[in-house]
Amino acid sequence: MDLIVSSLVFVADSAADVLPIVAFLFAFQIFVIRGPMPNMRQIIVGFAFVTIGLGLFLVGLEETLFPLGRLMAQQLTDPEFLETARLTVAGAMQWQDFYWVYLFAAAIGFSTTMAEPALMAVSIKAHSVSGGAIGVWGLRVAVAIGVGFGVGLGCYRIITGLPLHYFMAVGYLAVIVQTAFAPKLIVPLAYDSGGVTTSTVTVPLITALGLGLAEAVPGRSPLLDGFGLVAFASLFPIISVLAYGQLAVLQQKSGESVTASQELPEEEDHAL
Amino acid sequence: MKDSLIALSKDALFSMRDLLPIVVVIAIFQVFVIKEPVEGFVSLIFGAMLVVAGLAFFIFGLRIALFPIGEGLAHSLAKKGSAFWLFVFAFVLGFGTTIAEPALLAVAEEASEVAVDAGVIANSEEAMEDYALGLRLVVALSVGVAILIGVYRIIVDWSLPLMIICGYILVVLATTIAPAEIVGVAYDSGGVTTSTVTVPLVTALGVGLASSLKGRNPMTDGFGLIAFASLTPILFVLLYGTVRQWI
Repeated sequence: MDLIVSSLVFVADSAADVLPIVAFLFAFQIFVIRGPMPNMRQIIVGFAFVTIGLGLFLVGLEETLFPLGRLMAQQLTDPEFLETARLTVAGAMQWQDFYWVYLFAAAIGFSTTMAEPALMAVSIKAHSVSGGAIGVWGLRVAVAIGVGFGVGLGCYRIITGLPLHYFMAVGYLAVIVQTAFAPKLIVPLAYDSGGVTTSTVTVPLITALGLGLAEAVPGRSPLLDGFGLVAFASLFPIISVLAYGQLAVLQQKSGESVTASQELPEEEDHAL
Repeated sequence: MKDSLIALSKDALFSMRDLLPIVVVIAIFQVFVIKEPVEGFVSLIFGAMLVVAGLAFFIFGLRIALFPIGEGLAHSLAKKGSAFWLFVFAFVLGFGTTIAEPALLAVAEEASEVAVDAGVIANSEEAMEDYALGLRLVVALSVGVAILIGVYRIIVDWSLPLMIICGYILVVLATTIAPAEIVGVAYDSGGVTTSTVTVPLVTALGVGLASSLKGRNPMTDGFGLIAFASLTPILFVLLYGTVRQWI
């Protein structure tokens, strides 16, 4: 019963998010384009699906996965648990004693990214625009690996207390070097994938992990050190997607397949 | 109608596959590492079903509404030949969808707590709200500007990598002058600005625009808008932190 009520609340919330955007799009269509909206009925039905879908998705996460994920983050960063799982024998905790945290961070970063709706949207688009050269599945796995690695590394940073911008500067440098060598086709998509990884699912879970970790490690402040995981999760996918593009080219060269996948259709068929 | 049902059930199947990794990770950690029983198993299953249904609905709606409307508007604006309205559209889309973003609300609130801790602003409700609102405006402004620059880039055909690299250099430079406590918040704000509804619309806008302009390739020219939208907030927030420190 509670779940039904909260579902309605979440659908209403998501309607509040979606409606202003819809209003803006319609206003633009009417006052600037000055024409009727094509396929009006289909668009309205579609927006209803988007709103209800987002609402149900969020209520499902909020009621089940998020509490469980937060609880697990707490349990894994609990000093008592860390004490029983430590590798070093005595004295203060070393960074390697937190190995379960790194593993969990990487695993949860990877798996939540696979379920990120915004990433799915971009992958679907990239697949159709590239005429099938970029696989929906391959791109998402590449992004998810980047997020998993990034979040794991971000936890290492919180534990060791190293400055965030060192990591960011090195990451940027890697992106710049890779850009020079990666196929042109993949570059804009790779840059975009940094921003889409962290919308609905990933942020709440990894923020909980970061804050829990900063509280558990002596000498860290949750306010100052708990931040930054999202930044890792948006930088490393760029690197992994560029690498994915480079690998695809290498594979193509070794397989001596024709550059068919590089040729793009001039225009994709539009749903209008 | 029948086709739609088939498409919808396909989306539901795919959604289950997409959620499988999360279930596996949580199950493995619960059973082998944490070793504590999970409470409320039934409600977990029910919640997971809601997530699957929600995701399937969203993807279905995305295909029939968000993508066509984004591309349709891009085509109409390109055909109209009015750069002015295209820029207005780009800016308002970026600004409007960001200012109300729930993730940004949360980050702005936390950032104001950091600012109090660091002694940048007074420890009062009013000062904190003021700081958080300022931050939200700055981020929304930066996303609006980002989409505008991105659309301008598609039209004039500038090099995306070059622009992004310049952006990175500016970010690194701004980091050196910004107060230390804003840095984490700033870098995080780049990731939280692009919401689930904005991303498909912005992607469709870019791809639609690139495919309706002559000599542009939708793959190499159409993408990249979101890249700007996750870079400029970092820069703007760093500068905001720097300026707020002085006044």
